[in-house]
Amino acid sequence: MTSPIAGGVDCDLHPALPHLTSLLPYLNDYWRDQVTTRGMTDLESQSYPPHSPISARPDWRPVEGKPGASLHDLTTQALDPFGTAIGICNPLYGLQMVFSEDMADAFCRALNDWLVKEWLDKDTRLRGSIVIPAQNVEKAVAEIERCARDRRFVQVLMLAMGDIPLGKRALWPIYAAAERHGLPIGVHAGSNYHNPPSSVGWGSYHIEDYVAQAQAFQTQLTSLIIEGVFAKFPNLKVVMLESGFTWLPSFVWRLHKFWRGVRMETPWVDRAPMEIVRSNVRFSLQPVDAPPDAAVLDRIFDQMQSDELVLFSTDYPHWQFDGNDVLPDGLPPDLVRKIMIDNPHATYGRLKGAEAKEAAA
Amino acid sequence: MARHVVAAVDDLPPGTRKFMTVDERPIAVFNINGEFFGLLNRCPHQGAALCEGPLIGLAQSSTPGEIEYTRLGEIIRCPWHGWEFDVRTGQSYCDPRRFRVKAYAAHVEAGASVVKGPYVAETLKVSVENDYVVVDL
Repeated sequence: MTSPIAGGVDCDLHPALPHLTSLLPYLNDYWRDQVTTRGMTDLESQSYPPHSPISARPDWRPVEGKPGASLHDLTTQALDPFGTAIGICNPLYGLQMVFSEDMADAFCRALNDWLVKEWLDKDTRLRGSIVIPAQNVEKAVAEIERCARDRRFVQVLMLAMGDIPLGKRALWPIYAAAERHGLPIGVHAGSNYHNPPSSVGWGSYHIEDYVAQAQAFQTQLTSLIIEGVFAKFPNLKVVMLESGFTWLPSFVWRLHKFWRGVRMETPWVDRAPMEIVRSNVRFSLQPVDAPPDAAVLDRIFDQMQSDELVLFSTDYPHWQFDGNDVLPDGLPPDLVRKIMIDNPHATYGRLKGAEAKEAAA
Repeated sequence: MARHVVAAVDDLPPGTRKFMTVDERPIAVFNINGEFFGLLNRCPHQGAALCEGPLIGLAQSSTPGEIEYTRLGEIIRCPWHGWEFDVRTGQSYCDPRRFRVKAYAAHVEAGASVVKGPYVAETLKVSVENDYVVVDL
């Protein structure tokens, strides 16, 4: 195994909201009564079925409650074993599924406040992503503006499968706000199930949805590049979370190949797609979709033409690795340092000062 | 380098191109709005007859959706894979540092000076009354 080094940044942690009613203290009177009188209990997405093996590592499953719902479990299971200095919390709760823009907005605001009070305030190592009601861009921007005042929010979270492709201009005010506040857009695996989770229609089994995430990420990467998001917002960073990354070289080769023939259709794409990826897009480490063979992974990193693209993540509590084998075999020490420390700090501008502050404390 | 007389100006009006082999090299000569350009008729990508492709303008953009379209007819698009090349310089637009097609300077000479030489008039009969397109190759 490759040993982690202390002081790393875990870019993909999933604190679980125990229950929809856990948001009640953070909702206004109207929405609190709506949840209660409508008898709403929980929003259950089929993205991570509770008993599916991927949803939680067996030794991370609590006796009762949802995996990842306990601050103590998260810090002792995900942070302490790896000497992690900073952990970025990406709450995955089915808020994005809600079709009512107003309800989604109220729930997102409550969830972000819950994250601050129940997690960020309780452990100085934790940082958060802003969950937004992306169906309503105005409300999404307002929520970014509201949360961005708290520097512990370091990212805006969106789903790999939402209502429309991420490159579409309707969403650009979200990117403008994110760029303005130095917040990367984190695109996490998952669907709001407003569209089928694959481009070919509805499957029958969870594995079909989960494996299809990679195609969703590929399509979103194409959309962001080709529709011109990075031409319009050159300082915007997009972080693909739980996306896998071993598909990147072959996929970008395909994108590059066809772009060369139709460059004039999107002349704002004035660089090869891989150059744009290198300057604007990053990928979380887990899951690593490659055989446990150091030479294979070494070749993939070589084909990615950069050691700056991958950011350390455990994907806690999802089951992507066993024991402390969070890093794939055979990573050289300088690459471990890049993945665990340098790359996340270069990506998340709001982590600046976090090290200094902790060193001084 | 030799100077080759490749066409009478009257036989190559604006908007036309002429294909020929000079020194065993396939080339094409274009008349674009009265200016003449020579280009190797072989795409540096995979060897297609590049000069048989359509002539288009140059699309550029610094803001998505807003396209500046200039130099109409000065960009040739390979008929096989659509790569664009600048007829003036031979540079490609998808990968200008790695791919370039050989461009040959072409200009008009009066028949009187062409007759004097030192030109290679491949298959043309040259007369002093006409003007000729000359390519440096």
